[in-house]
Amino acid sequence: MRATLSRLQHWIDDRFPLTSVWRDHLAEYYAPKNFNFWYYFGSLATIVLVMQIVTGIFLTMNYKPDAKLAFASVEYIMRDVDYGWLIRYMHSTGASMFFVVIYLHMTRGMLYGSYKKPRELIWLLGMAIYFCLMAEAFFGYLLPWGQMSYWGAQVIVSLIDALSPALALWIRGDYVIADATLNRFFAFHVIAIPLLLCILVFLHIVALHSVGSNNPDGIEIKKVKDPSTGIPLDGIPFHPYYTVKDLVGLMAFFIVFFAIVFFSPEFGGHFLEANNFIPADPLKTPSHIEPVWYFTPFYAILRAIPQKQLGVIAMGLSVAIFLLLPWLDRGLVKSIRYRGTLYKTALFAFFSAFLVLGYMGTQNPTIWYVNPVSRVCSVIYFGFFFSLPWISRWDKTKPVPERLT
Amino acid sequence: MNSNNTNSGRRQFLVSATVAMGAAGVTAIATPLVSSMLPSAKTKSAGAPVEVDISSLEPGMMITQEWRGQPIWIVYRTTQMMEQLSKNTQFLADPDSNSSEQPAYCKNTSRSMSSHPEILVVVGICTHLGCSPVSKTKVGAADGMSSDWPGGFFCPCHGSKYDMSARVFKAVPAPFNMRIPPYKYLANKKILIGDDQGEA
Repeated sequence: MRATLSRLQHWIDDRFPLTSVWRDHLAEYYAPKNFNFWYYFGSLATIVLVMQIVTGIFLTMNYKPDAKLAFASVEYIMRDVDYGWLIRYMHSTGASMFFVVIYLHMTRGMLYGSYKKPRELIWLLGMAIYFCLMAEAFFGYLLPWGQMSYWGAQVIVSLIDALSPALALWIRGDYVIADATLNRFFAFHVIAIPLLLCILVFLHIVALHSVGSNNPDGIEIKKVKDPSTGIPLDGIPFHPYYTVKDLVGLMAFFIVFFAIVFFSPEFGGHFLEANNFIPADPLKTPSHIEPVWYFTPFYAILRAIPQKQLGVIAMGLSVAIFLLLPWLDRGLVKSIRYRGTLYKTALFAFFSAFLVLGYMGTQNPTIWYVNPVSRVCSVIYFGFFFSLPWISRWDKTKPVPERLT
Repeated sequence: MNSNNTNSGRRQFLVSATVAMGAAGVTAIATPLVSSMLPSAKTKSAGAPVEVDISSLEPGMMITQEWRGQPIWIVYRTTQMMEQLSKNTQFLADPDSNSSEQPAYCKNTSRSMSSHPEILVVVGICTHLGCSPVSKTKVGAADGMSSDWPGGFFCPCHGSKYDMSARVFKAVPAPFNMRIPPYKYLANKKILIGDDQGEA
């Protein structure tokens, strides 16, 4: 039996690099030995992507991308299809949890300077994944054809309309959000963007495995290698050490995930909004429109600016500016552990502004403090990025040790 | 690379020609794909004018009619509402509708046709990001607005405010007054939305 398997392995290796892929990316991919809690989210994001694809495939078996049938087909999935509710709630909860995981993954990158040289391309590819994810979530949100689906899409396409009416018309395929729009958003959501996402995730991992992982100390483990084996002294093989660690993280994640799926799939209106249980009505805007929580920080920036074009530009910039992060940060130290008070304060102010903006984006703009607070936070948000070249330079850093601590 | 017997000029030419041919092919196939996403012939023909009977509409009331998938409001304004319009001027971003969209015959304070000044016909879509505002026609705090509210429309999405002529107030995100569609009166109490042939 063993001999047969070994022969099979040889037969494959002569035709496809199976064993060497296994070695290079798992069994002999040496990752720093000091990964902590923050390092769960990369593998979790991959798992959530797989889960979204699988549940998505099963949803398309019963969903109808037609303005007359879409809303009812979603309710049909919920009520009449065996376990349809489970598949749909896994998909809708998965969408929100995808963003939870990605935001934590990005936070990790910012805390430990994982975007800095030589990992700029990993960061850029990651940002491309994030943009695709936003597009994927936006296209998917129209599909249930509820009130919030309809008016959310109306607002976002109007953002494009503010910059180019011809482009907005081309995206909609009609003069308003209509059946043509729903049909093509379905095509983008189930084919175009997921395909792109998978390719980008592949490239993200190829780049990571070529450069090697950063770590909470921000020290390159490849600098100190065992002279006889060439293996980094502070590295441990990804498999079995981190596959097992990530499995533990996955268990904990699934406990939270399925607690939401089973007990609070709407999550107090944050994952599925009440207005989306009303079929889309092009003649009546719901009295309060808010995007799903993962877009609210950027939405709050849009609202904070009392001028249409400028608001749209500021919102676009607030998302795109992350792309410049590797070049705005001119500090010589990667990890927050060895940065000084100045940088720590700025980064903390940025994270706080992001969270407060996220909250303000869910609040009604008529409440007196919403716009003033959003404006202050927008200034802090952009202030962080624009002052970063100087902050990171003036920052009094601590000495970085030679080896992992 | 071995440069023996290589005609590099010809090789460069062949590479360029192949790239150019490929680019032309990509452009050629992209054109029909991109065009297929524009509004189809069926969509374009669906925007026919609609007739509305307003005989049951009384002062202070409004009705909503769908035209080209958009909500069209028909508002019968009371005398007090009409008097308030000229008092709003200093608070408005575009009081004379100079940069806003409307047929020439509606470019006035009431933004309506001179035959029926009190009837406002307007596309009920906020010029900011396309939400449909809600009517807050009562003066003052009665509709949940501030005590100095002169009556008008309020967009719940981003807080844009309009007066009873759908003119936008200053310091809100919406840039223009709401759009007035082309329309005409077929009879005293019958409006045709989407067609103004014979008017103007």
